[in-house]
Amino acid sequence: MSNINEPTIAQDPWHSLKQFTPARIALGRAGISLPTRACLDFQLAHALARDAVNIPLDFAGLEQRLNVRGYQTLTLQTQAENQSVYLQRPDLGRLLSASATACLHNSPVIPTDAVVVVADGLSSTAIEHHAEQFLSLLLPELQQKGYRLPPVCLVKHGRVAIGDAIAEHYAASLCIVLIGERPGLSSPDSMGIYFTYQARSGISTDADRNCISNIHNNGLSYQQALKKLLFLIDEAEKLQLSGVNLKDETTDTESNSQLEQANFLLD
Amino acid sequence: MYKTHIAHQAYDFKTLRNLMAKATPARSGDYLAGVAAVDNLERVAAQWVLADVPLKRFLNEALVPYEQDEVTRLIIDEHDSAAFAAISHLTVGDFRNWLLSEQATTATLTAIAPGVMPEMAAAVSKIMRIQDLILVAKKCRVITSFRNTIGLENRLSTRLQPNHPTDNPAGVAASLLDGLLYGCGDAVIGINPASDNLEATSRLLHMLHDVIERYQIPTQSCVLAHVTTTLKAIEQGAPVDLVFQSIAGTQKANDSFGINLDLLQEAHLAALELGGGTLGDNCMYFETGQGSALSANAHHGLDQQTCEARAYAVARKFKPLLVNTVVGFIGPEYLYDGKQIIRAGLEDHFCGKLLGLPMGCDVCYTNHAEADQDDMDMLLTQLAVAGGTFIMGVPGADDVMLNYQSTSFHDALYLRQVLGLRPAPEFELWLQQHGIFNADNQLQHLTDVPALFKLSL
Repeated sequence: MSNINEPTIAQDPWHSLKQFTPARIALGRAGISLPTRACLDFQLAHALARDAVNIPLDFAGLEQRLNVRGYQTLTLQTQAENQSVYLQRPDLGRLLSASATACLHNSPVIPTDAVVVVADGLSSTAIEHHAEQFLSLLLPELQQKGYRLPPVCLVKHGRVAIGDAIAEHYAASLCIVLIGERPGLSSPDSMGIYFTYQARSGISTDADRNCISNIHNNGLSYQQALKKLLFLIDEAEKLQLSGVNLKDETTDTESNSQLEQANFLLD
Repeated sequence: MYKTHIAHQAYDFKTLRNLMAKATPARSGDYLAGVAAVDNLERVAAQWVLADVPLKRFLNEALVPYEQDEVTRLIIDEHDSAAFAAISHLTVGDFRNWLLSEQATTATLTAIAPGVMPEMAAAVSKIMRIQDLILVAKKCRVITSFRNTIGLENRLSTRLQPNHPTDNPAGVAASLLDGLLYGCGDAVIGINPASDNLEATSRLLHMLHDVIERYQIPTQSCVLAHVTTTLKAIEQGAPVDLVFQSIAGTQKANDSFGINLDLLQEAHLAALELGGGTLGDNCMYFETGQGSALSANAHHGLDQQTCEARAYAVARKFKPLLVNTVVGFIGPEYLYDGKQIIRAGLEDHFCGKLLGLPMGCDVCYTNHAEADQDDMDMLLTQLAVAGGTFIMGVPGADDVMLNYQSTSFHDALYLRQVLGLRPAPEFELWLQQHGIFNADNQLQHLTDVPALFKLSL
C-alpha cells in the first residue's frame, strides 16, 4: 500500500548550483525519472525552439534599422525558395538566386577589403535580437582599421558558405558571416559568426573557416565576440589564412575574472 | 554484373558503389546527394542483387579509388586475410544468415572482426532489419580500458558532458557534479569547449584532471578540441587523458576536418607517451556521424551509411577507448526524422561493433528535425538492448552549448532499471563507496550531498 504522506519526488540537495549554469541541473526525480514539472518544462522549451525555426525574419525591418544607423544594405535571396526547401537542401542555401546574382552585378563595383553578410540561418530570432547591435560595434571598428566595405548583404535562407560567393564577387579578402544558429532549448536566439580569409565559392570548406559561436544573452557577449573576431582578422592578415591553422588565442578579461571566481569543486 | 529482372522491371546497377547506394534504406542525405533509389522497387531490387554479391568482391572493387583516397588504402592494405578466411566464401546474403546463426558466437565474431571490411559491414546492414542489427550487435563484445574497463557484458557506460556556453569553470563544475551524483561519467568526462582556443582547452584539461585526482574518480577526461589544439596543449604540458577527433570515411572529408591519418598517428603516439591509463592504453576518442562526408562534398557518389562505416576503419587503426556516432546532430537534410535517426543509430552501432569498435551513440536530435523525445526513447532503449557501449549524459538532455537534445542522467538510470545494466566495475565501486549508488546499483535517496562533496558546497 502506498503511503499518502510519503513524497513521490526526490529533490536534489544541490539546488544552489543552479546559479552557475543555465543547464537543467538538480531537476529531482520521481523514482529515477523526470518529475512532471521538469518534463513539461522541456516540452514547452521544445515547442518554442521548433517554432523559432519556422518564423521568418523581417528583412525589411532589419534593413530599415540598419539604414537609419547609416549603413547601406543589399538584400539577397538564395536558391532555397522557402523554409522547407532550405531545411532539406543545404546546397541551395549556399547559392545565390538568379535575381540576387543580377542584383550584385548591377550594384556599383567598388574596391573592397571585407564583406559583412547577415543570414537568417536556422534562427530568425537570433538575427532579430543580435545582428543590429553587433554590427553597430563591428562596422565602425572595421572602418577605423581602414577596411573598405560594400553594403552589408542580408541573405534570406542562407547557409554559411553563401558568404563565399559574395566575398568573391567583391574580390574581398575578408568574409564575415553573421548567422542564426540552430535553436537550442535554452537559447532559441543564438547567433554565430563565421570568418573566412580569401573565401572562394565552392572551394572554401569548413576547415577554412573560424567560428565564434553562442552569441546570446546567456552566452558570449558582443564585446567578447568582437574581440575574438578582430583577433582572428589580424592574425589571418599576418598568416594569410583562416581555419584550423588559425587559432583563437585571445585572453579575454571576462574569462580571467571567471577563472578567479570560485570553482567550488577545487577550492 | 549487378543486374536483375524483378516484378517485370529490368535493373542494371552497373557499379558496386551505385548498388550499395540504391540498396540503402531511405534517408534524406542520399536523396540530397542524388544517389538514392528512386522508388521502393528499385531499392528492393538492389537489395536482392546485393545479397548475391560475394564478400570477396569488396576486396577487388574499391568504392572510392585506391589511388585517390588514403582511407581506401588503409582498408585494403591493412585487411586481415587470415581473419577473413572463415567468412571469405560467403555472399552478403549468406553473411547475414551466418551472423544470425548459432555459428556466430561472441568468440567467432571477435575472431573475424579484423577481417571484416567496413563496406562488407555496411552492405550486410542494408539487408538487415532493426531486430537483426540488435541481435548481432548484442553478440559482439568489445572491451577497452584506460582508468576503468568499458564494454563488459551487461554494463552500460555514460559520457558525462558538462558543457557550458562560455566554458565558465563554476558552470562546468555544476553540471559535472550533478552528473556524478546521478551516477554518470564512467566512459569519459568530456567537455566540448565553446571555442577551439588553446588557452580555454588547457584550462579545462587542468580542471578535469584536478577534479578526477581530488575525488579519486576512476574515469578519464577529454576536452573535445581539434586534434591540433590538443597536440599544442600536450606540448605545453597540459594533462591529456584521451585525444579527441571527429573523423569521416573519405580522405577528402577528413581534409575538410583538417586532419589526415599521419596527424592522427602523431596524436595517438603523443597520447600513448603521456601514459595516463592505469588499466589499459586505449587513449583515443572518436566521433562520427552519417552525412559528414556529403556535408563536405566529399562522398564520391557513395551513400552516407557506407561513408560512415569507412570512418570506422580510421577509428580502428588507433585502438580507441570510445567511438561515438553522434547520429542526430547533423540535421534533417541528412536524417530527416525520428525513423531515419533511429535506424541510422542502430546501423552505426552494428557496423562499429562488427568491426571490433567500442561503439556508443549520442542518441540525439536538433530542433529543426522531425523528431522528439519519444523517438529518442525508442533509439535509447533499442541501443541499450543491442548492448550499446555508452550513451551521453547531459543535464536534462538539453546541451546549453551545442544547442541540441541528447540523453539525460535520468535516461541512463531508466536503462539501468529496466534492463539491469551496470556502470564500469571500477566506477560502480566508487559510486557505492561514496553512497551515490546502493549495493543494488540503484541511486540512493539523498537528503544531503555525499560526504565526499559536502565540503565543496
